[in-house]
Amino acid sequence: MSAFDSIPVVPGAADTPPPGGTGTPSSPQSRKPASGHRRLLTRRDRVALGFMAGLPTFLHLALVWVTAFASIALAFTTWDGIGFGSIEWVGLQNFRDLFADNPQFWPAVQHNVIWFVVLIAIPTPLGLFLAVQLDKNIRFSRVYQTAFFLPVVVSMAVIGFVWQLVYNPDTGLINSLIGANKPGHYIDWIGDPDLNLWAVLVAASWRHTGYMMILYLAGLKGVDPSLREASSLDGANEWQTFKNVIFPTLRPTNTIVLVVTIIESLRAFDLVYVFNGGAQGTELLSILVTNNIIGESSRIGYGSAIAVVLLVISLVVIIPYLISTFRKERRA
Amino acid sequence: MSASMSLKQRAPVRPGRVLLHVFLVVMSLAWLAPLLWAIYAALRPYSETSTKGYVSWPDKLSFANFTNAYQQSDMTHYFVNTLIIAVPAVLLTLFLSSMVAFYVSRFDFRVNLFLLLVFTAGNLLPQQVIITPLYRMYLLIDLPGITESGKLYDSALGLVLIHIAFQSGFCAFVLANYMRMLPHELTEAALVDGASVWRMYWQIVLPLCRPAMAALATLLSIWIYNDFFWALVLISTGENMPITSALNNLSGQYFTDPNLVAAGALLTAIPTLIVYFALQRQFVSGLTLGANKG
Repeated sequence: MSAFDSIPVVPGAADTPPPGGTGTPSSPQSRKPASGHRRLLTRRDRVALGFMAGLPTFLHLALVWVTAFASIALAFTTWDGIGFGSIEWVGLQNFRDLFADNPQFWPAVQHNVIWFVVLIAIPTPLGLFLAVQLDKNIRFSRVYQTAFFLPVVVSMAVIGFVWQLVYNPDTGLINSLIGANKPGHYIDWIGDPDLNLWAVLVAASWRHTGYMMILYLAGLKGVDPSLREASSLDGANEWQTFKNVIFPTLRPTNTIVLVVTIIESLRAFDLVYVFNGGAQGTELLSILVTNNIIGESSRIGYGSAIAVVLLVISLVVIIPYLISTFRKERRA
Repeated sequence: MSASMSLKQRAPVRPGRVLLHVFLVVMSLAWLAPLLWAIYAALRPYSETSTKGYVSWPDKLSFANFTNAYQQSDMTHYFVNTLIIAVPAVLLTLFLSSMVAFYVSRFDFRVNLFLLLVFTAGNLLPQQVIITPLYRMYLLIDLPGITESGKLYDSALGLVLIHIAFQSGFCAFVLANYMRMLPHELTEAALVDGASVWRMYWQIVLPLCRPAMAALATLLSIWIYNDFFWALVLISTGENMPITSALNNLSGQYFTDPNLVAAGALLTAIPTLIVYFALQRQFVSGLTLGANKG
């Protein structure tokens, strides 16, 4: 993935119109369920349908959901990974070890929270601000958009390398500019546990701003221009129009932005891994899970317990979001 | 400024607009600065930057670092690895998710909303939630003769499968919404005429979904190309890694100075940039598909 690896995922309001105009049938929707179809289906059709729905579902369930549930089950066991016979039920022991004895766990939770707070507090409003400016029908809007959006296109790994060049204590841009690259004056942006999280968050925010800008630009395109006109006829100034008219109509976009930002904060991995390998100061839950697998003393049950913490937090966000999205769809 | 906002003609230069452009130019340059800095470092010989420092006027700019980084690390090999993974992954994801979307959007079998929910939720999970059991599963599945490693682990096949499984959630969601917009009469008429379900899907619905498929294909190509995590964990042989994940190993082994690292990293970004600039529209519409309420 996404690279989320990738870049995250933006399922949104279900009642989305098809993009672009080309080739899109613009007929009014007929929402009636196609229950009449069923009677007309032949045996072969049923087999075909079973295959069409079954194969992708099987693959998705087997690789994503079976493993997610396996994470939950394994979190209560110890296992050497070799034979199924060696799986041993240990109850809550893994969680006890994790919460009480792992010096990296609580810092990791804290860093994930900081990650989210920073992303939602700085690049998100900035992205919205840029989107509002670029939506004003100004010249060169596309050029500006490209500049802000470029960081979203390149991989997180490349972003990690690029920002290493900026932050390198000896050769980096920042230390060279402020004269901190001489012995005795070093500022170690990458290694210093008090600094490195903030340094890497600058890079993450750099990317997130462009992403948010694009989401908000799409949202703003959907705002009825007559609303804006009416508001300015009423004598509202730009800020009042935005606050009282535009922003409230951006609600669906805001929901997506919130979900995307939370998921991004939980998924944050590549950037930190490339930047400094998740060294002290930048531990994240995702890094702990991964180090437990790649590391020499892989503890399956223990790693699964960390994953369960991540899963629970994600589901707290995902389930309400999907329920509201799909309920809207049902109503429609 | 706001009062005239709805007037679309270009009025005499307003100080507000000038200020806005100044602001946007400064911001854009600030946003490009890290990338420009990397390009600048990559264009300079290491010997020069090590004596003069990185913040200095260049005596010589050349592409030598790029060619060296490319040749020393045998990048062609890793680009081919990526192609072997990304091409089937993108095509199969689109194929499988369009089938699910067709099923969900055209037939009311009651399970369809639930099915879509499962797919979408799965796609929103952080990958690390499933990686520990997935890793074990890949180690346990023996495929003698099918993959070089004899297992799903450390094989291109394994990566293709997880990409499909993970990404099909998003694509099924987007395509199902798209297909719902197609008039029901289209398929109803075909069904009455005795067309098979498969023909309805392949010859009627799928061709109408071309814009959405193009957008998703662009998006998927970039996502899968940019994937770092799956390959990092599920591939153990450095040689088998796709380019984005290989970068981490290569930078330690072959890219011995920061200028080479910069060149190597930038080289891997080039394909994504080409795709992005060529298919910008598709990319952005794919990303905001579902995010815009019209």
